[in-house]
Amino acid sequence: MWSYYFNELMRSLPFFLKGLWMTAAVSGLSLIAGTIIGFIWGIMRSSRNKILRSIIGAWTDLIRGTPFLVQVFIIFFILPSAGIELEAFPAAVIALTNMGACFICEIVAGGIMAVPNGQREAATASGLSTYQQLRYIVLPQAMRTILPPLVGQYVLIIKDSSVVSAIGVVDITRVGWLTVQRIPEGIMVFGLVGILYFVICYPLINLSSLLERRMTVVATKL
Amino acid sequence: MLEAFNYRVILEYMPLYMQCFAATLWLSAFSLLGAILVGTIACAMRLSPSRVVSRIAGIYIESIRSTPLLAQLYFFYFGLPSLGIMLPEWITGIMALTLNSGAYYAEIIRAGIQAIPFGQIEAGIASGLNYFQRMRYIILPQALGMTIRPMLGQAIVLVKDSSLLSLISIMELTRAGQLLTSDRFMPSEGFLTTAAFYLVIYYMLKGFSGWSEKRLIFREAH
Repeated sequence: MWSYYFNELMRSLPFFLKGLWMTAAVSGLSLIAGTIIGFIWGIMRSSRNKILRSIIGAWTDLIRGTPFLVQVFIIFFILPSAGIELEAFPAAVIALTNMGACFICEIVAGGIMAVPNGQREAATASGLSTYQQLRYIVLPQAMRTILPPLVGQYVLIIKDSSVVSAIGVVDITRVGWLTVQRIPEGIMVFGLVGILYFVICYPLINLSSLLERRMTVVATKL
Repeated sequence: MLEAFNYRVILEYMPLYMQCFAATLWLSAFSLLGAILVGTIACAMRLSPSRVVSRIAGIYIESIRSTPLLAQLYFFYFGLPSLGIMLPEWITGIMALTLNSGAYYAEIIRAGIQAIPFGQIEAGIASGLNYFQRMRYIILPQALGMTIRPMLGQAIVLVKDSSLLSLISIMELTRAGQLLTSDRFMPSEGFLTTAAFYLVIYYMLKGFSGWSEKRLIFREAH
């Protein structure tokens, strides 16, 4: 029986690869958009404008305080009643982008605040504009603090993308769920699902800790 | 979207919400206790001088951290019955949450212990303290102070992750929102109320985290 199911599972491997592609598409798009938006929000969050700072702070708190599944449901079920019809795929990308951006925003803001104030004062004294300060003085130094947790956040985004299977996006987790209805060997089916995620996430986790070690070594040398 | 917001329905469903709120609280509390226990054991194994033991803990931690919780949840939910083990859903749910967060707690505790300079342990040995005395009086008080914040952060993650249990039909907060959506087709009322309840837990834990930062000052000890 076991070998029969195993052969069945191997036969549905193309289906799993399609799911892998969907997971890559959802998390890849959200990762890119989330990084861009997260950096913009993070820079605004660490700016001197108090209103801007507290609006973004409140928003990130709301998003960080509620489960991602609930956010997905809110975007997928509630936006249509406001007249915005969304397919499952764009709803998933929007939800994941927003959540990723909120976490990245805090990482970026933290990195920028960690740059000593004297650096900025020196830049102002040298006559650099706000943009130039950010571009040439603050961000390059902040990147050292930002990069390791940023890669860690990418892993979280890829893993959280499994949650969008709940609204019917056919990603790896959804493929596993559909397959297990046909091949009732949960260990085998979700073992395969796990392996596929592991192959993507494990190298990234290692990259994150490698970066962390690298960056701290540089920091202590200074 | 919100002009048709029906508060009366929320009031009508309030008993259900309170029940589900309690369910989320106790499911999370049990999983949290289990996760800290599992995390402590896994961490002790990871730091053990025996290669094999350390390797086993390493495989557990890495495979949990590299795969999404939802895949792990389905792995147990569909996998255990195929092994002939029938458990009620809530036990499967608590088990998945415990094992998932346990891996993260293991890493948090390890970071806390390894941050203690080795000289202190040597000084403890030289003063004639045995292993448990060194743990009790030197290592743990400092490690606890350093790890209380990431530990509370992981507790927040755990509470949010418990929303995934709704996908294996456990009655908790997210499930209450789903019920309101399917009974009355009122997703705004359903999921926004759910989100509000999660925010209550989030702000409480966040406040406690800020308070502990100020009060628990053993982290200054080294």
